Amino acid sequence: MTETGPGTPEAIAALTDALPSSPPRSQWWDVWAQFRSHKGAMAGAMVFLIILLAVIFGPWLWHIDPGYIDIRARNQGPSLAHPFGTDQLGRDTMARMFAGGRITMAVGVTAMLLALFLGSFIGILAGYFRALDGLLMRLTDLFLALPLLPLMLVMVLLFRDPLSAAFGPEMGIFILMVSAIGITSWMPTARIVRSDVLALKEREFILAARSSGTTNSKMISRHILPNVMSPIMVSATLGIANAIITESALSFLGLGFPPDFPTWGRLLFDATDYLQQYPERVIWPGVAISVTVLTVNYIGDGLRDALDPRIRGR
Amino acid sequence: MLTFTIRRLVLAIPTLLFISLVIFLLLELAPGDPMAQVPLTVPPEVKERMREALGLGEPIYIRFGNWLWQFFVIEPMHLIDVMFNTSLAEGQQRVISWQTRSPVMDIVAQRMPQTLWVVGLSYVVGVLIALPIGIYSAYKQYSWFDQIGTFISMVGFSVPTFFTGVLLIVVFSVQLGWFPSIYDTTLVVEDWASFKLQIRQMVMPVFVLALYNAAQISRFMRASMLDNLGQDYVRTARAKGLGERVVVLSHVLRNSMIPVVTVIALGVPQVFGGAIITEQVFKVNGLGALLINAIQANDLPMVQTLTFIFAVLIVVFNLIADVLYGVLDPRIRYD
Amino acid sequence: MTLRRPRPRPIGQIKCLQFMQLRSSMLQSWGIPNGTTAPCRITALLIKATALNFAPLPRTNAKGTRKQKTCRNMERVMKLKSLLLGAIAATAFAPAAMAERGSDGEVKIIYWQAPSIMTPYLSGGTKDLEAASLVLEPLARYNETGAMVPWLVDVVPTVENGGVSEDLTSITWKLKEGLKWSDGTDVTSEDVKFTWEYCTAEGGGCAQSEKFLDVTDVETPDAQTVVVKFGVAKPFPYGPFVGAQSAILQKAQFKDCMGPKMPECTDANFGPIGTGPFVVTDFRPNDVVQLEANPHYRDPAKPAFAKVTLKGGGDATSAGRSVLETGEYDYAWNLQLAPEVLANMEAAGKGKIVSGFGTLVERIMVNMTDPSASLGDERGTAAHPHPFLSDINVRKALSMAIDRALLTEIGYGDAGRATCNVLPAPEIYASTANDACLVQDIAGANKLLEDAGWIKGGDGVRVKDGVRLSMLFQSSTNAVRQDFQALIKQWWSEIGVETELRNIDGSVFFGGDPGSPDTFQKFWADVEMYANNFDGTDPEAYMANWACDQAPRPETQWQGNNMPRFCSEEYEALIAQMAGTGDINKRAELAKAMNDMLMQAYVIIPLVDRGRVSAHSNSLGGVVLNTWDSELWNAADWHRMK
Repeated sequence: MTETGPGTPEAIAALTDALPSSPPRSQWWDVWAQFRSHKGAMAGAMVFLIILLAVIFGPWLWHIDPGYIDIRARNQGPSLAHPFGTDQLGRDTMARMFAGGRITMAVGVTAMLLALFLGSFIGILAGYFRALDGLLMRLTDLFLALPLLPLMLVMVLLFRDPLSAAFGPEMGIFILMVSAIGITSWMPTARIVRSDVLALKEREFILAARSSGTTNSKMISRHILPNVMSPIMVSATLGIANAIITESALSFLGLGFPPDFPTWGRLLFDATDYLQQYPERVIWPGVAISVTVLTVNYIGDGLRDALDPRIRGR
Repeated sequence: MLTFTIRRLVLAIPTLLFISLVIFLLLELAPGDPMAQVPLTVPPEVKERMREALGLGEPIYIRFGNWLWQFFVIEPMHLIDVMFNTSLAEGQQRVISWQTRSPVMDIVAQRMPQTLWVVGLSYVVGVLIALPIGIYSAYKQYSWFDQIGTFISMVGFSVPTFFTGVLLIVVFSVQLGWFPSIYDTTLVVEDWASFKLQIRQMVMPVFVLALYNAAQISRFMRASMLDNLGQDYVRTARAKGLGERVVVLSHVLRNSMIPVVTVIALGVPQVFGGAIITEQVFKVNGLGALLINAIQANDLPMVQTLTFIFAVLIVVFNLIADVLYGVLDPRIRYD
Repeated sequence: MTLRRPRPRPIGQIKCLQFMQLRSSMLQSWGIPNGTTAPCRITALLIKATALNFAPLPRTNAKGTRKQKTCRNMERVMKLKSLLLGAIAATAFAPAAMAERGSDGEVKIIYWQAPSIMTPYLSGGTKDLEAASLVLEPLARYNETGAMVPWLVDVVPTVENGGVSEDLTSITWKLKEGLKWSDGTDVTSEDVKFTWEYCTAEGGGCAQSEKFLDVTDVETPDAQTVVVKFGVAKPFPYGPFVGAQSAILQKAQFKDCMGPKMPECTDANFGPIGTGPFVVTDFRPNDVVQLEANPHYRDPAKPAFAKVTLKGGGDATSAGRSVLETGEYDYAWNLQLAPEVLANMEAAGKGKIVSGFGTLVERIMVNMTDPSASLGDERGTAAHPHPFLSDINVRKALSMAIDRALLTEIGYGDAGRATCNVLPAPEIYASTANDACLVQDIAGANKLLEDAGWIKGGDGVRVKDGVRLSMLFQSSTNAVRQDFQALIKQWWSEIGVETELRNIDGSVFFGGDPGSPDTFQKFWADVEMYANNFDGTDPEAYMANWACDQAPRPETQWQGNNMPRFCSEEYEALIAQMAGTGDINKRAELAKAMNDMLMQAYVIIPLVDRGRVSAHSNSLGGVVLNTWDSELWNAADWHRMK
């Protein structure tokens, strides 16, 4: 397990280091320290944070209503009044980018959380309890095979009215989209978590914990879960990117958010027709999506390294 | 191993039956009407009669039973008829699409060539590009090659195809006129000239898809190589004085390929699922376009059959991936 | 190379599957495998490098097989020939130069909605109807002006020429001499009679059975004569066998495909034998249809094209691009695109845009009944009048606040005309009594509401007796419609009406599923927007849509065409009067009166008279855009311009 055998000077030095010179640091501090040393990940995290802050606070700084139609000012290029130009109805593109970014980001993060929760839950259950394994894995196959579009239509039919009544029409459709993306993208996480749990179960420390009488729930929360955090965190970053891309693909198929509901994916789709006349309209959402996905992936790379204790030591 | 495979295969049957039931119920529950695309000038009574002619008047369980019978009994019989010139399925009702009123499986067979040509080839090309890139980026981790590779692969799947496809068409079909923007599915490759035409019309869709596939697989190959490069046996091999070439290409690569191969197997059902968006942009009209069309037209028998075939492929290839993993990696034993 | 510490791989662990598996199976699980996302702009650079390996196409012929090349060579020879001849005979000779069947090679047509069947009787879809019209023909059809022209007959029967009986209960058609099916057999009156039997057979679900309404019998006194008998007096007896919707089928081919067996005859449905200029050689549902010239077509000089390829799929933008920008195709159907996009495409100079107007009107329907969910089973029925839309002043104000010219400009460009009538065409039926609505009048609308007692509250929304002017505005999902909704919402907010927008997937909205709350018939909203038109040129059935008993309600399984649930005795009387009037001018007056009554009651707010926009390449001659019949109605006359 080590590259330094006992008796070498390094090993002795390591032994003498038993008394820590600094106060003990938590595991997460170590993770953070390792993460900071990954340049790509740090740059990614910074850019991601900037985008996040921009879409959250942008609308406070930029007062134009994204739905306001100024028909005289339509199809304008970038100007002082409209830094990103205007669309075919004279709506301000910058305001729409902010509004779209909020929704896109919110969809990405929420759908990812949902998928992550479902995936880890089912993965751990399947991996830990042998009796449930077959059943849950066949359930995973089922979800892999479900056609998404009819599923969306069914969900819209069944839940739109109650959700609109409870949360308002905009929030209602948001919840629908997020849950549709969430419940159709947890399967890979479940597969990975399950295989990790299966492997963990054979390890000595689990055996030790079991022989000391640890209950199943304690076992999962104290021993299993912390040890599968690394694949879960990586799934999380990929999940955000995946949700953003899926949302834009759904917009293309006409089943995403309604056309008057700006998201980056829809802005990009709507602008594709105008590619030759107004290329800047394609550029804004295109760059926004790419940069976000790119940064999230770099963060994922960094997290993967940071969460791996074997790399962290270096 | 064999018992494991057999057990999984046997288990797959009830699983698939259950999946088919769930898909059927889902489609039943979904709102929408196969008559929605009929113009509004056709009066409602006529639409009602048309619906009845489609068998929509029957209760759900009868229709599900019908579909099961047609799909599992009559379609295979028909296949035997075609292959051996028998007449087992003579006069029996096959699974009929509501949209085209023709047997679903005939259309699927018709769409298969262009799907395999474009989506299948792009998968192969993607894998062929991805493997060397993944190997080299891992070997030179954090080098400029690795960084650029990472960047390209991430950009590769962060821009939606409906945009890249259109961009390629505008640049290469409209501005430069190099490639056709519309895929000709009737083209028969019979000589050199038609082969060249076929290549030309495939370049853009294959490229769009291949780069996307390559992006994924190269990331994966890189990760797998990195895992292996740090192993003890690598150091042992180097210590023995083996050349870098032998160490990397025969020792490390062989071991790294184990998970990659299974992952490539897991990706195969996608090929048959087609690529909905790319197919639509380039008008390839493969299986992906067929499915989305059927969904939009509420052609339930078509959607049901296609998604079910897709489910079978997923279950089968998941099994193949598991088995392959066990076969390739002697440390893994399924009990 | 960095040496890493060894990492024990636990059995079965597939840690590094993460990347690939996550991505691929996520997408795969969506049913959007493999192609959802795409490579980047860098692709462009790479593809350039790849592309260099292939010989660039000559700009002039961006697409073509070897066969086409030989065709092109032929064309070149022809061109040379006609040039030489043209030098002698000048332009007068031009028509004669193409007087040879199949001499112009191939014509390529693109329909972005792909045809799925080749008969009008099993699918009412426009795409199928139009594809079928290349093969199947009716006895008479409408031309581009909406006038009826004889097609498989020599004259259109009328009361004047004795073809229609005095009591309007029978019509006698005389087939042209020497008509042949594409298999060489004779067309007889038996085939015409069979077509009626075929479509009205029990259990067939024929999509065009409405055309044969009231037909009691079809008699065939001899092989050329067809007498259609009606059970009632038909002032307009041109339903059966007129227009692309009721084309004639060959009895020999379809005689075993009656009733429930209609869908089983796949070969016949995909490759019908017809009298039209072309014959199907290969039909791939929802993909491509290939046809060749009909060797037995009645005019020996036509069609000029030997081959037709009718490709389907994609979207309107790419269809337009393939004709107007790359020149790969010759004709693109129904280019519903933003005007500036279309203009930009046309500027590439490869083709022309053609447009024509029919009866399609984009309109807002106003719900006269209360759609509020609290009413339970009586929601949206005549039992409860709408709380504020039953006030005509509100309805009128809603109409006045709309700038129709601007909507047209943004949504349809040259393919639209602002209209104030729900019946905008043909010419003799178009009323001018309502044209005041063409000018937006927000101030007037505000004043009207003010005078009617609707007072603006603190939030800018008008209130009267505790009723707020707050509405739900629904439509189908479609980019242009959502732009319209957003604009209209803004105008309505300026007159103190609050609007919530909703859009519903077209397959649900236009589907008649009585179980869905979102169909346009159920209309559980305050206002809704969609487009509708009528077949042919006679508006009688269309205007009868707003009869009281046409209102969708639970008893009719929510079927019916009277979406506003408009109900007026005077209107009923006009419907009855029209059903008994034969004189065309009187019918026109009645139709106008009915249109004006609906318009002045403001239960329907017409917005745009939508035309049809198609495009053809510069080298395709003979295209006459026809909105009253199939767009491909005169494909026999299409030819390659020399």
